[in-house]
Amino acid sequence: MKIAVCVSHVPDTATKVKVGENGKTIDPNGVTYIINPYDEFAVEEALKMKEKLGDNSEIIVISVGSDKAKETIRKALAMGADTGILLKTENDNDSIGIAKVLSNEIKSQGCELVFCGKQSVDYDNTITGQLIAEMLGYSCITVVVKLDIDGNKVKAEREIEGGREVVESELPTVITAQKGLNEPRYASLKGIMAAKKKTIEEKPVELSDKTIEVLNMYLPEPKKPGRILGTDSSAVPELVKLLREEAKVI
Amino acid sequence: MANKILAVLEQREGILKKSAFEVVSAVRNLAEQLNLEPEAVVVGDNVSNIEEIAVYGLNKIVQFKNTDLADYSSSGYKEVVAGYAKETDADYIILSNTALGKDLAPRIAVGIDAGCMIDCINLDATSGELIATRPIYAGKALIDIKCNTAKKVITIRPNVIKAQPVENPNSPTITVKEVTSPNLKTRVVEFKKSEGKLDVAEADIIVSGGRGMKAPENFHLIEELAESLGGAVGASRAVVDAGWRSHREQVGQTGKTVSPTLYIACGISGAVQHLAGMSSSKYIVAINKDKDAPIFTVADYGIAGDTLEVIPALIDEINKVKSN
Ligand SMILES: Cc1cc2nc3c(=O)[nH]c(=O)nc-3n(C[C@H](O)[C@H](O)[C@H](O)COP(=O)(O)OP(=O)(O)OC[C@H]3O[C@@H](n4cnc5c(N)ncnc54)[C@H](O)[C@@H]3O)c2cc1C
Ligand SMILES: Nc1ncnc2c1ncn2[C@@H]1O[C@H](COP(=O)(O)O)[C@@H](O)[C@H]1O
Repeated sequence: MKIAVCVSHVPDTATKVKVGENGKTIDPNGVTYIINPYDEFAVEEALKMKEKLGDNSEIIVISVGSDKAKETIRKALAMGADTGILLKTENDNDSIGIAKVLSNEIKSQGCELVFCGKQSVDYDNTITGQLIAEMLGYSCITVVVKLDIDGNKVKAEREIEGGREVVESELPTVITAQKGLNEPRYASLKGIMAAKKKTIEEKPVELSDKTIEVLNMYLPEPKKPGRILGTDSSAVPELVKLLREEAKVI
Repeated sequence: MANKILAVLEQREGILKKSAFEVVSAVRNLAEQLNLEPEAVVVGDNVSNIEEIAVYGLNKIVQFKNTDLADYSSSGYKEVVAGYAKETDADYIILSNTALGKDLAPRIAVGIDAGCMIDCINLDATSGELIATRPIYAGKALIDIKCNTAKKVITIRPNVIKAQPVENPNSPTITVKEVTSPNLKTRVVEFKKSEGKLDVAEADIIVSGGRGMKAPENFHLIEELAESLGGAVGASRAVVDAGWRSHREQVGQTGKTVSPTLYIACGISGAVQHLAGMSSSKYIVAINKDKDAPIFTVADYGIAGDTLEVIPALIDEINKVKSN
C-alpha cells in the first residue's frame, strides 16, 4: 500500500510571537521552525501501519511550503518514512489552496491511506485533513487517538467533548492524528544518516486564489496584572468575596 | 428575496447543546446586518428542546430526521447539510467550533465550493462585509480575516459569543424532513463516556492542577474544589506526562484550548504552552508558592502560597458561602 503523510513546518510552540512588518504575518526573525507536533504522531502511525503490514508498503511524506520545509520532511524521513515530496510555493497559508495541491499529489501517487495532524500549531485551522478527504472522495476520521485498520475496514476512536466516539469506515481514508495515538519514535543516528540519502522531490506548485484573506494581525491586549491577595489561606475569604462580588462566578 | 444564512445546530442524545444557541444568536445578528434570511437546521432523530431555538430569535427551523442520524455520521451529516445549503442556495453556513463543528464545517465547504473561516471569536458585518476575528498561534496572536468566496462556512468558538434570548419570540415553524437512506459510510458505532464528570472543553469553571500538587493522590483536592464550584478538572502537561492525570484533561497548546468564565490554576507555573490554552478565560485565579511564577502575569487574583494548604480552606469557604 502507498501511504501519504502530510507534514507542515511550523514555529516552535515556545515562540514568542511578534507581528511582521507587513502587519499580516509573524516576524520570522529568530523563530525556530519544527515539524508540526501532531504530524509526528501521523508519521509514527504510518510507520506502525507499514510494520504491521510487513510488506513493501511505501510511506510518502508531503509538505507544501518553501525550501525550508525540507527540514521537516527530512525529520520524517529520519524517523523512517521512505520518500519525500516538497510542493514548493512561497504562498502557503490558505487551507483550501494547500488541500487542493495535496489532494492532487496524493491522487497521482495513488495513496489509499493518508495521515495528517489534527491541527497545525501555527494557524490552528484543524481542517486540512477533512478538505483533502472531501476533495478526493475519501472517508475521513479526525482527532484520532486509537486506530485499527484491517483489510478495507477502518475503526478509530476520536476524542470529542466528554469522551470518545468509536467510528467505523472504509479505505481509502484520511486520518488526522491527536496526541495519545502513539509515542513518536526518536530518529536514530542510523535513521538520520539514511535520511540524508533519501530523495526529496521538489515540485513547484501554483496555489489557487486565496479563499481567506488576512486583513491584519495583532497581539491580544495584555491582561492587566492581577492582585496577589496573600501568601496563605488567610487570603481565602477575600478571594471568595471577590469571586462573588466582582467576578460574580460563585 | 434575501439570500439565506443557515445556523447548523448540534444536538447530542436528542438535546440541543448550549453552544447551538450561541450559533442562533450569531446568525440572528448577521442576518440583520447583512439583510439575510435566517434559518436553523438540525440533524438528528428526536430532539426534545428544538422549540427553544425560537427563544433565541430564529423561528424557521428545518429538522432532518432519521434514526441512523441520531449520532454523528460525518458522511451522513455532510450530505444532508451541504445538500440543503445547495438547494436553498445559502450564502452563509454557521456552526459552533466543537468537535463536531470542526469536523463537519470543512466538508460542507468543499461540498458547496465555499471558503471556511474557523474558530471565530467575533463576527462583524456592520460595514456590510463580514470581517471575522480569530486567534492563531494558540491565542498568542489574533487576525482579522475576510472570506473571498461567494459562499462562506463559519465556525464560532464556544463560550465566547453569548446566546441571547429575544424579547418577544415568535412561535417556531418546524419543518420535519425525513431522510431516506442516509450516507453512513462513516458513522459512530459507540460512545465511550469519559469517567470524569464534566469535560474541560465544555465547562464554565475549570480547576487545574500542576506539578505543584506534589503527588497524584493530592488531586482529590482539585476534584473536590471543582465539585464545590460545579466545574471540571484540568491539568498541566507536566502531570499528564507524569501519568498523574489523563490527557483529555490537559489544557494548553497540545491539550485543550479553553475559555471558561473562571479558571483556577493550582501549582501550575504558567509556561507559554499552558497559557496559550487558557489565557482567554474571563477570570483567572492562580495559587502558586512562587510569587514570580509567570501564571501570575495572567491571573486576576492570586495567592502566593502553598496550594495544598490553600485549597482545603478555599473549599470550606465556598461551601460556607454557598450554604448561606
Ligand atoms: C511542544 C510542547 C507542547 C506543550 N504543550 C503543553 C500544554 O498543552 N499544556 C501544558 O500545560 N504544558 C505544555 N507544555 C509543557 C510546558 O512547557 C511546561 O513544561 C508545563 O506546562 C509545566 O507544568 P507545571 O506548571 O505543572 O509544572 P512546573 O513548571 O514544574 O511548575 C510547577 C509550579 O508549581 C509551583 N509549586 C510547587 N510546589 C507548590 C506548592 N506546594 N504550592 C503551590 N505551588 C507550588 C512551583 O512554584 C511551579 O511554579 C508543552 C511543551 C512543549 C515543548
Ligand atoms: N503546508 C502544509 N503541507 C503539508 N501538510 C499540511 C500543510 N498544512 C497543513 N497540513 C496538514 O494538515 C494538518 C492540519 O493542519 P491545519 O488544517 O492547517 O490545522 C497538519 O497537521 C498537516 O498534517
